[in-house]
Amino acid sequence: MDPLRRSPSPCSSRPSSPKTPPCEMLGYVGIEAVLDQLKIKAMKMGFEFNIMVVGQSGLGKSTMVNTLFKSKVWKRTLPGLGMSTPQTLQLKSVTHVIEEKGVKLKLTVTDTPGFGDQINNDKCWDPILGYINEQYERYLQEEILITRQRHIPDTRVHCCVYFVPPTGHCLRPLDIEFLQRLCRTVNVVPVIARADSLTLEEREAFRRRIQQNLRTHCIEVYPQKSLDEDINDRILNSKIRDRIPFAVVGADQEHLVNGKCVLGRKTKWGIVEVENMAHCEFALLRDLLIRSHLQDLKDITHNVHYENYRVCRLNESHVLPRGPGWVNLAPTPPGPPATPRPSKACRRAHDNSENDEDY
Amino acid sequence: MTSEVARHLLFQSHMPTKTTCPSSQVSDDEQIQQRDNIRSLTMSGHVGFESLPDQLVNRSIQQGFCFNILCVGETGIGKSTLIDTLFNTNFEDHESSHFYSHVRLKAQTYELNESNVRLKLTIVNTIGFGDQINKEESYQPIVDYIDAQFEAYLQEELKIKRSLFSYHDSRIHVCLYFISPTGHSLKTLDLLTMKSLDSKVNIIPVIAKADAISKAELQKFKIKLMSELVSNGVQIYQFPTDDETIAKINASMNGHLPFAVVGSMDEVKVGNKMVKARQYPWGVVQVENENHCDFVKLREMLICTNMEDLREQTHTRHYELYRRCKLEEMGFTDVGPENKPLSLQETYEAKRHEFYGERQRKEEEMKQMFVQRVKEKEAILKEAERELQAKFEHLKRVHQEERMKLEEKRRLLEEEIIAFSKKKATSEIYQNQTYMTSGSNLRKDKDRKNSNFM
Repeated sequence: MDPLRRSPSPCSSRPSSPKTPPCEMLGYVGIEAVLDQLKIKAMKMGFEFNIMVVGQSGLGKSTMVNTLFKSKVWKRTLPGLGMSTPQTLQLKSVTHVIEEKGVKLKLTVTDTPGFGDQINNDKCWDPILGYINEQYERYLQEEILITRQRHIPDTRVHCCVYFVPPTGHCLRPLDIEFLQRLCRTVNVVPVIARADSLTLEEREAFRRRIQQNLRTHCIEVYPQKSLDEDINDRILNSKIRDRIPFAVVGADQEHLVNGKCVLGRKTKWGIVEVENMAHCEFALLRDLLIRSHLQDLKDITHNVHYENYRVCRLNESHVLPRGPGWVNLAPTPPGPPATPRPSKACRRAHDNSENDEDY
Repeated sequence: MTSEVARHLLFQSHMPTKTTCPSSQVSDDEQIQQRDNIRSLTMSGHVGFESLPDQLVNRSIQQGFCFNILCVGETGIGKSTLIDTLFNTNFEDHESSHFYSHVRLKAQTYELNESNVRLKLTIVNTIGFGDQINKEESYQPIVDYIDAQFEAYLQEELKIKRSLFSYHDSRIHVCLYFISPTGHSLKTLDLLTMKSLDSKVNIIPVIAKADAISKAELQKFKIKLMSELVSNGVQIYQFPTDDETIAKINASMNGHLPFAVVGSMDEVKVGNKMVKARQYPWGVVQVENENHCDFVKLREMLICTNMEDLREQTHTRHYELYRRCKLEEMGFTDVGPENKPLSLQETYEAKRHEFYGERQRKEEEMKQMFVQRVKEKEAILKEAERELQAKFEHLKRVHQEERMKLEEKRRLLEEEIIAFSKKKATSEIYQNQTYMTSGSNLRKDKDRKNSNFM
């Protein structure tokens, strides 16, 4: 028998989870103080959040990130005459520590300049998938060490914001291919970029068509319907799912409107206010990503996507795409070398029975 | 925090992806961050992530909390009563017997609800501790139980398809060790038990039934106990003093260890209120009166201030130690024979190959043996068949011979019958002739002849 599957020693009397009779307490004990203890510990440790923005150049990704976190995360990337478009897709990461009211957040933003910019965009999602899998791999390696660190640094991508160009028609083949592959590995939030070029009716129609496309191609974006836990979650998330993809506008310059200083884009026919719900849905995106669902994004990444990766990795270690810096740890079996296929080999943890190899 | 930050930064500098952030405007106290390209940003407006701790708390509320207490102490020392008093409930009613031959552990899980916090509380009691005449085996069941819980968690963590977020954590978070109030010193059994448990679980020693000691004696007793524990190298749980908000109170509580407690669920009227107390002819010992006993301190420290820290210590220190020891015992290391870093994965794969090879070999062996046995059996059966065949032949031959003999006899008999019938015919003819020529004399003669002939 596999030494790792030895049953626990016989003299244990493990309490089994289902038999828990509820007990009435006769007075106040103070158990709820554990919530404060939790908060204190969390604030001391600090939080981490890793976000990735994907989209063609010129859609306003960097500006959007600056607007979300209200600071100059990136330097302005104006395509000047001297700067050439990158020949291949490169990934750039930047890490900052931001603090608000005692809460420290370590934010990592990964940008993907060059995505979809070439003439032939075939397999342009491979470096991105490779990067995401490499972060999972790093975490996995840390987790299976004998002497582990107290707190494993989390560089896994928690959320990927995909910028859809505002054509007004429907999703393009590149979008569909990319979304199909990425939805299985990471939480994807699609947004309609530069939405100030569409009127409100056009936006609605575009949104409905995109939702239709997503349904037809079975692409599950965040918040995933299959991961709703209870009825409250489902109600809350249905409202969000109804508005996805959000039509957003990014701006990092302030203008004076009605005596107030607001972030917006100044045009000859008016000022597009970023935080005005009547103008664009930036506020919804910000609320989803930061104010209400940040912890949920991290949880789903950890409990679902990372576990899926781990199952795949521990079962078949030679089929995953290789990102930069990939180290092949397990010896590959002799035979024709496997071409790097995208992670279609990974299936969800809870709808899978074929990978169930019992050691 | 600094050590964590340092580790994060070390990690950052090893990332192969290009980091392109120029480190301009950096304040003085973040020079470390600057060196590894992490900038501290100032935001120009309200972003809104100060709700992050609340989001975390909400998630924890949804999941519920788990807390497991182990109570070690002699029978009748007041373990169940103290737990009842701590959590202000009546968990269990019956007293246990003193006549068990071995120490056993009994675990019970309850679900407590307070405002919106759901707590799954597991109380593990030792039954029969200190009752036996020979107490050598007393503490081993406790150690085994704690190890078994760690083992179960480790098994779950090492599974391929695991579900850690819905796993019912049964690892012991705190061990309340009940010391009997003799007033002198620790018993040998206490010392041995605590020494074997201190690296596996957070131990909080308490002096039980503290109303049996006077105040002056109590102080001396406490000092004696602590000095004995220190001189024997027993590591009891120290309340953490690294966070400013609770450092002061924790530090002062550390000086009051071990807590002298009294437990009671009975209510007595004192003044104009009903309080939990024990009533004696000479007075009333109030449980929640800090002058009478340290019960309030224990409840404060155990539940209100340090529950989360106890859980964290169990997970990050005791469990990690167990895991490391167990994996090393199984033959996994982090560093291979040529000092190259080995991963668990590699070792595991190697072991797996080895195991499969072994299994294949065994299968071959078994196959060979099976074939051998079949051959032998076949030979035996063939032999038996041949014997049977020979017997059959022999029987057949014998049967043939008998038959021939019988045939012979039959032929003889038939010839005799023919001869007889011939004779009968001739005698009848002769009889007819003589009958016609002679009288009765001949008849008589004939009769005589016939009767002679018959």
